[in-house]
Amino acid sequence: MVEKSLSAVIELIRSVGHQLNNGLQRLGFAARFFVMILVYSGQSFRRLHLTIREIYFSGFQSLLIILVSGLFIGMVLGMQGYETLQRYGSSEALGVLVALSLTRELGPVVAALLFASRAGSSITAEIGLMKATEQLTAMDMMAVNPIARVVAPRFWGGVISMPLLAALFSAVGIFGGYLIGVVFIGVDEGAFWSQMQSSVDFRFDIWNGVVKSFVFGVAVSLIAVFEGYDAVPTAEGVSASIKRTVVYSALAILALDFVLTSFMFRGL
Amino acid sequence: MSRKLLDLWVGLFVVLGFAALLFLALRVGNVSSANFADTYQLTAKFDNIGGLKVRGPVKSAGVVVGRVTEIRFDPQSYEAVATLTIDSRYRFPKDTFVSILTAGLLGEQYIGLDAGGDEKMLNPGDVVVKTQSAVVLEKLISQFMFNKASEGASPQ
Repeated sequence: MVEKSLSAVIELIRSVGHQLNNGLQRLGFAARFFVMILVYSGQSFRRLHLTIREIYFSGFQSLLIILVSGLFIGMVLGMQGYETLQRYGSSEALGVLVALSLTRELGPVVAALLFASRAGSSITAEIGLMKATEQLTAMDMMAVNPIARVVAPRFWGGVISMPLLAALFSAVGIFGGYLIGVVFIGVDEGAFWSQMQSSVDFRFDIWNGVVKSFVFGVAVSLIAVFEGYDAVPTAEGVSASIKRTVVYSALAILALDFVLTSFMFRGL
Repeated sequence: MSRKLLDLWVGLFVVLGFAALLFLALRVGNVSSANFADTYQLTAKFDNIGGLKVRGPVKSAGVVVGRVTEIRFDPQSYEAVATLTIDSRYRFPKDTFVSILTAGLLGEQYIGLDAGGDEKMLNPGDVVVKTQSAVVLEKLISQFMFNKASEGASPQ
């Protein structure tokens, strides 16, 4: 009896150790993989059309979902913001509220979450399936480096697309807030724009948002290509790695956002 | 898809993205008023700066002429020292009065410059002597209450 429970405890401890070891090993592999991507980037930039193709697939084709979500989030912000601000008699500050929440937080974060589920998952599926059908091995046999040919263009396509998508998201969202606040509810148009302009700073608010979305772009693209490359080459394994891409990307975006925000907007 | 069409769509996407960034920079943000081209600095000492913050506006006659760029505590005189960065297009007389004001009843605090009549102008790096500290609401209320109390006591 005692021996049995002791062995169960040992088994539990062993499984914790196994999980930790496994996690650390994958983290180390991901870090080395990132360095490999950077090393082979030069080679993949020599054939620039590969990267341009990926910008088309992950950036341009995400435009629809980004623009529509941005518009609706801006409109909701306009409605909810007005509802709260008018209680304090400061509904003219609606423009400030919409612009600051979009450029600082919602633009980069929500655009990155959408990008992870729209483009990140498809990158993982593509690379995972290439691995499952042994296309990556075939490339290696033909002396074509799969990291330079397949992985690096997808990574850079995502990194380049992400800040542009986030900027579009914020711009469309502010237009949505304008639409609801000024056109439908009737907040004064001059006050809406002038208060916004006087309290949104380019370097402090907008540029920090761009930096955030660039960091999210690196994180999401790296997770997507890594999970695809590291997938177990079966139908089940590819589906599990797509799931991990979405989950890890979302967690990484939110955690990184907290870290970046606490560095950027501290002391205010 | 042919490469030409692909290039067209990607180019469109990139142009749209930069247009959005430009819209944010010019229409939403304030590139023009945040970074003055040429500036000079003045220093002002206050007994109490209240809720004044770094990057707060410096206004004269209601027009933004500069920003507060640094606030520190002077351990020798126990005063707050604020560094004001002023657009070099605007020069102020030596006896300019620097006061900390509040926008609206509960709004943000800013620095107001009231120009005096002196012929000599403040030079870059000068310390402004005539300052007025922020109004602290509690002090104002207690002053008012003491006045009321002494008024009530004197007739008896």
